[in-house]
Amino acid sequence: MQVFYYLIFPGFLFAAVAGLLTTWFDRKVTARVHYRVGPPWFQSFADFFKLMGKEVILPENAKKTGFLLAPIVALAASVLVATILGLSNWSYDNGFVGDIIVFWYFLAVPSIMIILGAGAAGSPLSAVGSSREMKLLLGYEVPFVIVITMIIFKAGSLSLGGILEYQLAHGPILYSLSGVIAFIVALLCVQAKLGLVPFDAPEAETELGGGAFYDYSGAALAGFKLSKAILFYSLPIFLITLFWGGVRIDGGIGILWALLKYILIVALITVIRNTNPRLRIDQAVKFFWGWMTILSVIAFILSVNGL
Amino acid sequence: MKKTTLPIGPFHPLLEEPEFFTFHIDGETVVDVDLRIGYNHRGHEKLATGLTWDQVPFLVERICGICSTSHPYAYVLAVEDLLGIKAPPRGQFIRALIGEMERIHSHLLWLGLAGHFIGYNTVWMWAWRYREEILDACELLSGNRNHYAMNRVGGARRDVSQKALDFTMNALDVAEKATKMFLGAVADDPVIHKRLKGVGILTKEDAIAYGATGPTSRPSGVPFDVRVDDPYDAYGPSYTAGAWKVIVTENGDVFDKMVCRVLETLESIYLCRWLIENMPDGDFQVIPGNIPEGEGCGHHEAPRGEVFHYVRSDGSNKPIRHKVRAPTFVNLPTYKASCPGEQIADVALITASIDPCYCCTERVGVVADGRHSSLTQDDLVKLSVERTLEIEKKMGVKSVLSKFR
Repeated sequence: MQVFYYLIFPGFLFAAVAGLLTTWFDRKVTARVHYRVGPPWFQSFADFFKLMGKEVILPENAKKTGFLLAPIVALAASVLVATILGLSNWSYDNGFVGDIIVFWYFLAVPSIMIILGAGAAGSPLSAVGSSREMKLLLGYEVPFVIVITMIIFKAGSLSLGGILEYQLAHGPILYSLSGVIAFIVALLCVQAKLGLVPFDAPEAETELGGGAFYDYSGAALAGFKLSKAILFYSLPIFLITLFWGGVRIDGGIGILWALLKYILIVALITVIRNTNPRLRIDQAVKFFWGWMTILSVIAFILSVNGL
Repeated sequence: MKKTTLPIGPFHPLLEEPEFFTFHIDGETVVDVDLRIGYNHRGHEKLATGLTWDQVPFLVERICGICSTSHPYAYVLAVEDLLGIKAPPRGQFIRALIGEMERIHSHLLWLGLAGHFIGYNTVWMWAWRYREEILDACELLSGNRNHYAMNRVGGARRDVSQKALDFTMNALDVAEKATKMFLGAVADDPVIHKRLKGVGILTKEDAIAYGATGPTSRPSGVPFDVRVDDPYDAYGPSYTAGAWKVIVTENGDVFDKMVCRVLETLESIYLCRWLIENMPDGDFQVIPGNIPEGEGCGHHEAPRGEVFHYVRSDGSNKPIRHKVRAPTFVNLPTYKASCPGEQIADVALITASIDPCYCCTERVGVVADGRHSSLTQDDLVKLSVERTLEIEKKMGVKSVLSKFR
């Protein structure tokens, strides 16, 4: 049964399909904002399978093991993220005490793997991308942890199921002042985790030509892309779980309402990425350590005071 | 300390044409920059000497796809200078109108690209969408979206219809609205301020020292504009009539370069309106007659700065020498002043901020034994001296150079 959970639902297969569809939704909305037509719904799948069929080119200076292992580990970690999240939302008893900390840990793994993989590639462009990803990770983790801690304190539980149960009893955390502030902070951290504009400095196509992914090709690149797509599906669900009462599958309306919340958050992420230019990496780090940390601390103080 | 080099090019998403930057970096900071061109040299100057006077405009038009009217414009001005004639008023107005339409669409193209380079793809797509209106008008005026072929020695090559002028007026209205929107929405964006202000400053002294021109020098406070300093065609009367003004800003950073270009787009729109409203009737071309012996210079304020053409004639039906100097050629070296000390993320922007056009700038590079080298001043002097000696030897005269060597 564990294998089924991990590989089929809500793990790999489901998360991959949902993630690629989310990527398509993002691309389509972006295209409409740009006055373009945009890709058909299967475009992300076509891109993925095409990449899978391409040759994996190993750079001459690359540390081969690290270079090739990175996308696999990143993909495995993001599938785990999707599985834990899906199971916790399926039934509140599925989790264990402290699973949110495990979850947070696995959430950082794809980013760390991008750093390692790009570092192992041995080209200057990848190295710059890798160092930028590292700086960005150090930047957004600070407010992200404060926000998660705030929610743990507020719900009085260390498990995702416990947080959902608290929200079932007391109403979503989003419907409070501290919740709104924390949600804004968490949304921007998610934006950075997904590597989307304004926080796409590690990839920065027009500066580094792909940066961290510069040397990746074929199936290895597809692994990273899929891992990003799965995160693109998981992270909005994570936000819904933390702030908005989770995805509840009790009756038809529940699913519809959950879908609406999901689409709303994805659309919000897409709009942010289309109405902002890219921040320089030092500006991004300053932004997270400055404004976002201050805001998250304010949210924390407000929540301790019951607001 | 060990310096890392970051190669950008010859093929890179930032660069629409092949060229090769070497950034010497220390962490994320750029210490020095080196540039190599010569991947796309096509030998236009040599080709021009094999064509007749009237064929050359079509050739030089293809030096660059964006400034496709600037090069023939400067060329016909050079030949008219050689002939000592002037185009009839209607021809002058038509040429200037096309020149300004080109500036509008070129600046909108740059604005879009600048948006793309800072990761703001919405600006990219929107700027290019509104640029289409101008291109449609260009197509109706000349028959082509680009490569208008409207310049001819002695005037314009074709007349423009009143219908096309009316359509252009409407397109200008759309473009004006869009440009004002960009000026309001984009230039007031706090993130754009953060990204562009104080980045890649080119001081007034540096701009003068490097001989920068056009929208690279004007944002640094150098009020140089060929259209005003050496008025030609319809630019003189339109400037005197107060239809437009030269935009000069003081800071010299990327933000000022952007603002300068957007404001220039607006000024060009006003100028186009004035040209259409005051378009005189009558002939639009004169027959130039035979080209006498002599030489002529012509320059035009292209969207990127002053483009300069020189021609020499020996009285035959072809130029025996044709020299082209495109604005990017003098704007490129300003990287040496504006790039060091900046972040990699900003350098991409700074290199884009002069709106470089490499195909205009291409020079010969020597590739021998798989290695690329450029000819330095010393090499050229040496080659020149050798050639003189060779000729002297052939003529059997005593070398005048021998006393200097």
